[in-house]
Amino acid sequence: MIGPDGHLSPGRLGRMARAPWWLLALGLAVTLFTWKAATSEVYAQILRRLLSGLGVTLAVTAVAFPLAIGLGLLAALGLVSPHPARRNLAMLYVQVARGVPILVQIFIVAFVVVHLGVEALHWAGGSWAAVAGLRDSDVPMVARVVAALVFAYGAFEAETLRGGLTSLSRGQAEAARALGLSQRQALVRVLLPQTFRRVLPTLGNDLISLLKDSSLVSVLGVRDITQEARLYASATFNFTESFTLLALFYLALTLLLALGVKALEGRYRQHAA
Amino acid sequence: MPPESESPAGAPFVLEARGVTKRFGAVTAVDALSLGILAGQVTAILGPSGSGKSTLLRCLNFLETPDAGEVRFEGTPIRARDRELDRLRARVGMVFQQFNLFPHLRVWENVALAPRVVRGVPRAAARGRALELLARVGLADKAEAHPSHLSGGQQQRAAIARALAMDPAALLFDEPTSALDPELTGEVLAVMRSLATEGRTMVVVTHEVGFARAVAHEVVFMDAGRVVERGAPAQVIDAPTQERTRRFFAASGRG
Repeated sequence: MIGPDGHLSPGRLGRMARAPWWLLALGLAVTLFTWKAATSEVYAQILRRLLSGLGVTLAVTAVAFPLAIGLGLLAALGLVSPHPARRNLAMLYVQVARGVPILVQIFIVAFVVVHLGVEALHWAGGSWAAVAGLRDSDVPMVARVVAALVFAYGAFEAETLRGGLTSLSRGQAEAARALGLSQRQALVRVLLPQTFRRVLPTLGNDLISLLKDSSLVSVLGVRDITQEARLYASATFNFTESFTLLALFYLALTLLLALGVKALEGRYRQHAA
Repeated sequence: MPPESESPAGAPFVLEARGVTKRFGAVTAVDALSLGILAGQVTAILGPSGSGKSTLLRCLNFLETPDAGEVRFEGTPIRARDRELDRLRARVGMVFQQFNLFPHLRVWENVALAPRVVRGVPRAAARGRALELLARVGLADKAEAHPSHLSGGQQQRAAIARALAMDPAALLFDEPTSALDPELTGEVLAVMRSLATEGRTMVVVTHEVGFARAVAHEVVFMDAGRVVERGAPAQVIDAPTQERTRRFFAASGRG
């Protein structure tokens, strides 16, 4: 049974079960580990290491997400395009990006695409010094990972935005065009604002997934919080403390994001129609 | 009925369909239909469901692209997807059965959007004009509301204000009251009646026979994608010459 507020209605557990005790549990865990960090040297060390990687985790997510939405928007417009060539191209991209594991995509972008790109530049640039001197190693690992995450997540956002666009009534586009708005104006002023309001919850989920998947940068040695925890753990053998605190870090971050998305949703829900 | 492609001397058609045909798969919704709309006149298009009334209306501003024939706006032939088409759409207002207000914008923003985006009118001026038009349709107090907080009749009146904001040379109404209950229908028809009194050029696809009789200068009766009969309301509605027309208005109780 789904209650009027959209939640599963409780059985016999009644009000006890309805109270948001999961929040309490998380709060307790955070408090416990904060206290631990304050009193134990090991936890304090891990905390410092994690904080030093926090910037990378947040930056990778903050840079990759808007770019993924941009790429996804292009692909979504391709998916709904009346031009068969654009539709096919967009479909090809979405299928490839969704059909290959993100970790494998990271390897491909980091070691195949970058290599081929540098080769291509050498070929195109000839003896021009700035190009001829370019090596694969000049492309920072963090940039390669961000590119791969954008490629992978662009496909998710494409599907999300396509769903949002096609869920709008035809009448919205017709009303806009009938007023003399060009296709682009109708898209920017009428269709996309409504689309983004509608898909906000899904975008929020995708942002949280991306934040978690940003941990994959550690496989290329980029020092995000996961990499910092791994390095610390393997140097000190404090595996339990390192990885528990790492997990808690991600939990705290995703929880903050979820609350932020929820607040934003509440603001727009009223007029999403 | 022979296609009427010549306008009476000195009175050019604002909008004109010449031999317009629109097919959906095997169905011919509009069949080589010709119709001229005179400035300052109210043309009511009546007919049974599926007779092609709405499709014809939607061909006039290319929400449907005709498969054959020609649409002319102020004497200029319009082709799908060119500049002429944007000019036509900016100058021919349309009011939809389902209102189609933009839910993410306030009522005044709905009205001011096209002037701002298409014509580049500054925000303050567009807002001022929007408030005027909303007052005109009796919605001065709803300017800051969102469409979801309006009744159907209020939404349709706001949609009419939105169409008026572009100072249209003609207004197309696609069954504007079909989604409304009788009480709300009245307030929308009242606004349309006052527009007619102002001398607005209007093409109204409707099932409101009473409104057509009272307000329209000309009634066009359609069936199976063709014009069966057209003329003054009193003639077409009350003294039809065609059997098909007679049957339709007999069944509808003559409004």
